[in-house]
Amino acid sequence: MSTPLLEVRNVGKRFGGVIALREVSTVVNAGEVTCVLGDNGAGKSTLIKILAGAHCHDEGEYLVEGEPVRLSSPREALDRGIATVFQDLAVVPLMSVWRNFFLGSEPRVGWGPFSMIDRKKACETTRSALADMGIDLRDVEQPVGTLSGGERQCVAIARAVHFGAKVLILDEPTAALGVKQAGVVLKYVAQARDRGLGVVLITHNPHHAYPVGDRFLLLKRGRSLGCQEKADITLAELTRQMAGGAELEALEHELRQERVVPEPAGALEKKVNNSRLSKERAIS
Amino acid sequence: MAVATPTVDERLARVGVLDRLLVRPELGAVLGALVVFTFFSVFTDQFLSPAGAATWLDDASTLGIMAVGVAMLMIGGEFDLSAGVMTASTALVTAILATQLGLNVWLALGGSLLFALAVGAFNGFVVMRTGLPSFIVTLGMFLALQGLNLGVTRLFTGSVQVSGISSVDGYESAGFLFASTVQIGSMTLQVSVLWWLLVAGVATWVLLRTRFGNWIFAVGGSVTSARQVGVPVMRTKILLFMTTAFAAWVVGSINILRFTTVQANQGIGLELQFIVAAVVGGCLLTGGFGSAIGAAIGALIFGMTRQGIVFARWDTDWFMLFLGVMLLAAVLVNNAFRRKAERVRR
Repeated sequence: MSTPLLEVRNVGKRFGGVIALREVSTVVNAGEVTCVLGDNGAGKSTLIKILAGAHCHDEGEYLVEGEPVRLSSPREALDRGIATVFQDLAVVPLMSVWRNFFLGSEPRVGWGPFSMIDRKKACETTRSALADMGIDLRDVEQPVGTLSGGERQCVAIARAVHFGAKVLILDEPTAALGVKQAGVVLKYVAQARDRGLGVVLITHNPHHAYPVGDRFLLLKRGRSLGCQEKADITLAELTRQMAGGAELEALEHELRQERVVPEPAGALEKKVNNSRLSKERAIS
Repeated sequence: MAVATPTVDERLARVGVLDRLLVRPELGAVLGALVVFTFFSVFTDQFLSPAGAATWLDDASTLGIMAVGVAMLMIGGEFDLSAGVMTASTALVTAILATQLGLNVWLALGGSLLFALAVGAFNGFVVMRTGLPSFIVTLGMFLALQGLNLGVTRLFTGSVQVSGISSVDGYESAGFLFASTVQIGSMTLQVSVLWWLLVAGVATWVLLRTRFGNWIFAVGGSVTSARQVGVPVMRTKILLFMTTAFAAWVVGSINILRFTTVQANQGIGLELQFIVAAVVGGCLLTGGFGSAIGAAIGALIFGMTRQGIVFARWDTDWFMLFLGVMLLAAVLVNNAFRRKAERVRR
C-alpha cells in the first residue's frame, strides 16, 4: 500500500494546563475521505488546526507523505498542498465570484507597474474550474454575497482544488446549511475525493459523514474513541458511539419520563375559558 | 436542422440597461450632478458661460483630487481625518523650504513629498500595529498637524503665513506643472482640472484592473478573509494612507504655486468635505465598496453648487444646509440601490 498523504500517530496538544488533545491517530489517503466526528469541545478544532499548521503538536508524530513534519504556519501547510476551508470560507461577500476565486493569486498581463489582472483569463478559469467540480454558476461577475451558503462553500472548495491542494480539510462545511444544500456540498466533497484528493471532513453530524466517509475518527473530550473503517461500522453504531452510547440511552429515558401527559379535552377547554375570562377582566 | 444555440445560461434573465446601471456605485452621484447642473443652467446666466464653467470646474478640481484619494482609503476600510490639514502642511513645508531655507522650488517640492509620504506611512503603521480605529489615530494626527502648522510657521516667519515663493528659483517651471492655465476654445481652464481628471482616471484603473485594486476591495470588505488567502493586509493599508497623503501633496502644491501664499490655518474642516464627496460618490462607510469616478463626481456636485449659489446671488450661508441634505439623500439613495443590487440570499 502506498504511503498515506497525511498521518498522525498519537498526537497531543496542551494549552497550559488544559490537555486539548491526546493520543489521536488516523490516516488520510488519496482519494479517500476521513471524517472527524465529535461533539462540541471534543478536540475537533484542535486536531484540524494541527493538520492545517495553525497549531504545532506537542506529542506524537505528524507525517506528510511519510515525512515527519512540524508545521509552523498555515502558509507552510499550503505549500505542502494542505488546504483548509474554514467555516468563514475566506471570501469577501461584496466582491465578485471570480475576484474572490483569484484573490491573492491574481493572474496578470503586462509589464512592471503597468501590469493588470488578466480579467478574461480569470473569468474563464473560474468558470471552468467550477464547472469541473460540477458547479454550475449563473454568472461569475455576481458578488459572492448573493450566492447561497452551499454555493459559497462550493466556490471555496473549488478554489482550494484549483490551486493544487492534495489534501482538503473542511471545517464543518454542512453546519449552517439546510438538508438540500448540505447534500449538494457533500456531492462536491465526493467530487474532490474522486479527483484523487485526500479529504478531511469535520462534522458533528454522522448522517452527513457516513455517506461520503471511508474512515471515521471519533473524538470525545480530547481523546480518540477509535478510528474505524467504513466496513467495520454501521450508521446506527456510529450515531450511538457519537452520542455516547449508554449516555444516549439514559437521556432517552429521561426525556421519555418528562413527556407531558396530555390532559383530557374538557379540562383544556375549561382552561381556555378561564384564561379568556381573566384577560377580559384585565382589559376592563 | 441543428441551430447553434448561444451558451447563455437559461437562468439568467436578460438584465436591462437600467438594472445594470443600478449596480454601479456612482449612479447616485451622476443623477445628483445632472440635477444640480440642470438647475443652475436654467436659473443662472453665468453657469454655462465658459468663464462660469471654468470657475466651478476649478472649485471642484482640488476637492476632487482629495476625494479620490480619500475614497480609495475608504474602500480599503479606513478614514483619514488629517487629510484636510495635510493640504496646508504640504504647502507650508514647500514654502518654508523654498523661502526660508533658500532651496530651489523643485527641491522644496521633493522635500514636502517625502514629508507627506512619511506622515501617511506613520498613520497607516500606527493604525495597523495598534489595531486602533483609524478615526482616532488620524484625529490625533489632525490635531498634531494643526498645532505644528501654526507653531513651525510662527517659528520661521514670526507670522501665521508664508509668502514670497514666486521669487525663488524654479518657481516658473514648477508653476507650469501645478498652476498654469490651459486654453480650450474660449475657456481658460486651470491645470488643476487636468490633475483631477488624471488622478480619477489612474485611481479607477488601479481599483478595477490591477491586483492592488483587488486587494483594496478585499481588505475593506473582509480583513480576515483577505489575510487568509495571503493578501498583504498591512502593506496594502499603509500604501492607501500614503496615497491619501500623496493626493494632499498634489493639492498643497497646486495651492502654494497658484496663490504664492499659504495661511497656517488653512485646510481645517476640509477633511469632512472629502469624506462627504466620497460617500456621495457611492463609498460605503464600512469599506469594501465604492468608486473613484463616483468620488470625483461627488466633488463636481460640490463645485457646481458652491459656485452656482454665488451665480444665483443667494446667500452662501445656504451652502452648508445643502451639504447636509445632500449627504443624507446620497446615503439613503446609495443604500437603497445597493440593497437592490446585492439582495443577499441565504
